[in-house]
Amino acid sequence: ETLLQFSYLLAALLFVYGLKLLSHPETARRGNIIAGAGMLLAMISTMFLHKNADGQGIALTNIWIIIISIGIGTVLGWYIARTVKMTAMPQLVSFFNATGGLASALVALLEFPHADIHDVRLVLVTLLGLVIGSIAFSGSMIAYGKLDGKIKDIRAGIMKYVNIALLILVLAIFVYMLVSGKNTSELSWELYVLFGVSLLYGVLFVMPIGGADMPVVISLLNSFTGIAAAMAGFIYNNQAMILGGILVGAAGSILTVLMCNAMNRSLLNVIVGAFGGGPSSA
Amino acid sequence: MEQILVYFYTYKEVIFVIALSIFLGIEVISHVPSVLHTPLMSGANAISGVIIIGGIILVGHADTSHISTELVLGVFAIIFATLNVAGGFVVTDRMLEMFKKKKK
Repeated sequence: ETLLQFSYLLAALLFVYGLKLLSHPETARRGNIIAGAGMLLAMISTMFLHKNADGQGIALTNIWIIIISIGIGTVLGWYIARTVKMTAMPQLVSFFNATGGLASALVALLEFPHADIHDVRLVLVTLLGLVIGSIAFSGSMIAYGKLDGKIKDIRAGIMKYVNIALLILVLAIFVYMLVSGKNTSELSWELYVLFGVSLLYGVLFVMPIGGADMPVVISLLNSFTGIAAAMAGFIYNNQAMILGGILVGAAGSILTVLMCNAMNRSLLNVIVGAFGGGPSSA
Repeated sequence: MEQILVYFYTYKEVIFVIALSIFLGIEVISHVPSVLHTPLMSGANAISGVIIIGGIILVGHADTSHISTELVLGVFAIIFATLNVAGGFVVTDRMLEMFKKKKK
């Protein structure tokens, strides 16, 4: 257990150091590899050192399922990343961000029935992980489709109100779930509605935003994925996930602002202006 | 007020981690040149694949005596998270490779 915590600390330090190197042109490539090494360390140490609450390790049968799943993901990810055309890279980043968001949403979805409804903090982080992860997933998929030329911008004045209504709906479901008095395992119907509404919100959120602003939106959604991962980190009380997730959340947010500045746009302009609220400011 | 203080005390370690990570995240990348925006975004995106730890723990705890929704979706969570991690780091590397060539 101590060794696991030490590995997580080391992995977290590698994330920070990697990100630091990534922000300088000469060292960027090394930074990427260092961050990757941190991730590998976190994965391997979780697989072999993680213990259940009762002090037992993961059963061997599961280990094989885990290793095979990771193998499939690695080969597929590696292949896609290596073979895609250079010009298609921005949408690929968006696509990978979508898969990360979906993974966060799935973890939250599956962990929710195990949570105690009276543990408000745990219920809230799980639901937030689900909502933020789903928005990051569907939003990134739309961004991917737009950059790939598969989806056109759709602008309608009514969308602004639909989006606000969806957010209110998300809040209402949150409140309902907490006060309904039902146990978390009995709330599966509500849980899937929340999942669906969040997915829809992600779609409608990115839909009206113009293609030129997509990199900014992807960066924003990237910080969402980070926050969703951090929420999942709270579920497991896992320091590596919390630190990595918050780090990406913070770095992603600042990067979003920096990208806006580089384009001479304000973030509000990108998001709100797209709803047809302000004068077109391209 | 009392409750807030108790809450703060109970979770003081987590709150410390959050506060320091936010600061670190901002500090570490605040002077990045604009050419590196996209690779940095891609690299940060790969790091957000830490969710894979959650997937591993989830499947590790799942009951494997029969094929349950939890097991199937958990496996998908791991696959998707690995896609994020592996694809993310490889794409970042390719971008930086291109960047280096351009510079010469």
